[in-house]
Amino acid sequence: MNLKLIADIAKSLLLARFRQSLVAAIGVTFSITMFIALLGFMNGLNDLLDGLILNRTPHVRLFNEIKPNANQPINESADFKKGHNFIQSVKSSQGKLEIYNSAAIMDAVRKDPRVLGIAPKINAPVLYNSGTIDITGVVSGIDVKAESELYFFNDYVRVGNALDLKNVNNSIILGKGLAERLLAEVGDIVQVTTSKGELLPLKVVGFFQSGIADLDKVQSFASIATAQKLLGVPNNYVTDIQIKLKDLALAPQVAKQYAQLFQCDAEDIQTANSQFETGGFVRTLISYAVGVVLLIVAGFGIYNILNMMIYEKMDTIAILKATGFSGSDVRKIFLGIALTIGLVGGSLGLLFGFLLSLLIDQVPFNTAALPTVTTYPVNYNPKFYIIGIVFSLVTTYFAGFFPARKASKIDPVIIIRGK
Amino acid sequence: MAKTVLQSEQINKYFNDPVRMQVLKSVSFSVDQGEFVAVTGKSGCGKSTLLYILSTMDTDYEGDLLIDGEKMRDKTEPELARIRNEKIGFVFQFHYLLNEFTALKNVMLPGLKLQKYDEKEVEHRAIERLKTLGIEHLALKKANQLSGGEKQRVAIARALINDPIIIMGDEPTGNLDKKNSDIVFGIFKQLAEELKQTLLIVTHDDGFAKNTHRIIEMEDGQILIEP
Repeated sequence: MNLKLIADIAKSLLLARFRQSLVAAIGVTFSITMFIALLGFMNGLNDLLDGLILNRTPHVRLFNEIKPNANQPINESADFKKGHNFIQSVKSSQGKLEIYNSAAIMDAVRKDPRVLGIAPKINAPVLYNSGTIDITGVVSGIDVKAESELYFFNDYVRVGNALDLKNVNNSIILGKGLAERLLAEVGDIVQVTTSKGELLPLKVVGFFQSGIADLDKVQSFASIATAQKLLGVPNNYVTDIQIKLKDLALAPQVAKQYAQLFQCDAEDIQTANSQFETGGFVRTLISYAVGVVLLIVAGFGIYNILNMMIYEKMDTIAILKATGFSGSDVRKIFLGIALTIGLVGGSLGLLFGFLLSLLIDQVPFNTAALPTVTTYPVNYNPKFYIIGIVFSLVTTYFAGFFPARKASKIDPVIIIRGK
Repeated sequence: MAKTVLQSEQINKYFNDPVRMQVLKSVSFSVDQGEFVAVTGKSGCGKSTLLYILSTMDTDYEGDLLIDGEKMRDKTEPELARIRNEKIGFVFQFHYLLNEFTALKNVMLPGLKLQKYDEKEVEHRAIERLKTLGIEHLALKKANQLSGGEKQRVAIARALINDPIIIMGDEPTGNLDKKNSDIVFGIFKQLAEELKQTLLIVTHDDGFAKNTHRIIEMEDGQILIEP
């Protein structure tokens, strides 16, 4: 085809009006830059906020809830089978928080191909003793390695090393707020009393900060073995099994299946935190809307400039037509100009957007709620860049479409005769 | 007998704006291969209108137009563009070169569009034509750096690039001084005599017309004298 010739003519027309074309391209560059930076920033923030929950919440949690027995004796009695029995003042039965046969369950779960990993946990309510005062709280016995890999426990340990929990016998990592109340330093010994009255001295090996101040005032972590010792239970005692899945979306289904299979309670992350998805969706929607509006504005700029160019280049169009270029050739020339502006402007926009993202990434951002974050979060997902360049081409195509069609319909006779 | 290159059969043309008015009344004539024809007449007699119809750019007419024996009615816009490109060369009153390009490129453009020859060959042919017209030294100048006479000669070279069967001119000397007029006329004459190029030139310059092979004089949309 004539594409080379058409491209050549488009190039010449473009360069003849270099400044206007540049202004149009800058419009596109600006909007794509903002689009990329905005989406990167918004999604970085989304990821961060989601991460706050996702990183610390198991996708599926297996546990035993303390609750009344579903099979009350009266329901079992043959005499009362026929009617509906109303029972008042039902009490929860002797609560066993332990997950029965935990080792077998963990083995079975590990073999499930949908599961990324599991981390067992023991929650033990305790009293921290400091001089004459007691502070209520919870010690979580965790598998440090699994917890770090799956739930980034390391990130929240601000002082000390998480692995010391495993390496040092009878050690504890205190929440920051708790440590301040206990006036404990790393290396100190704190006394912990369990609900059964046992007293155990534990060595402080670090502090952690979750970002939720109330939690940090009561929570502390120990190894599973230490927690078992604290509770005086055998070494297969586990109260929670935290499961991380490969695909988050499968959580409700898996939870349902496990609850039935293992005869325990199972909670999925969607049920536990239904609000976080909504927030993320709305933020993404807003950033896309702003980005698209910016592009449309740039599109009008291109439309104007092409329209102006067509009025200026009436003679050129007439002569091209008179010497044998068809209307579709002329249309292609002007569409070519529009798309060139879009492509150049868009590509530069991607570059500047990336640079702006890098800049935002360097801006300090310190907040007590997010101890691991020191600068504004930015997401560099290539998806945004692809959307950006596609948007810029689509917008410029439409911005160029109408002027180009007008150009293709110019009647050379009117122009030539009009002189 | 010479081949008929262009034939107009009973062409009628109306302008509808502001009121319906007939500008061409049953115009019939033909141009043979190698003829140098001038169309003359007073301003407003319809001679330019006729030329635009003959050039296929204006398709809103009654009657039939045959170029190279082919009927132009019912042809699509791209087909007509192709015919203009291949078979018709144009020279306008106001030169109409593309200012963004050099003289050489201006001459080459219709040739590149035709794609009969590759770019090298088109360039070679363009330079040949510039040489024939004695302006090869202007080849690399931008169109807007040329004088009126030079521009018109480049435009003639452009009209010649695809070896058209007919060259049409709309007052090609109308905007030139006497000296340049003579040069341009000389070129037309030379094309007609030496290369047997068919030429159809609209002009109101009687001196110009007198020196052609044949004059078609028009008045009020009709042909007056058709020798």
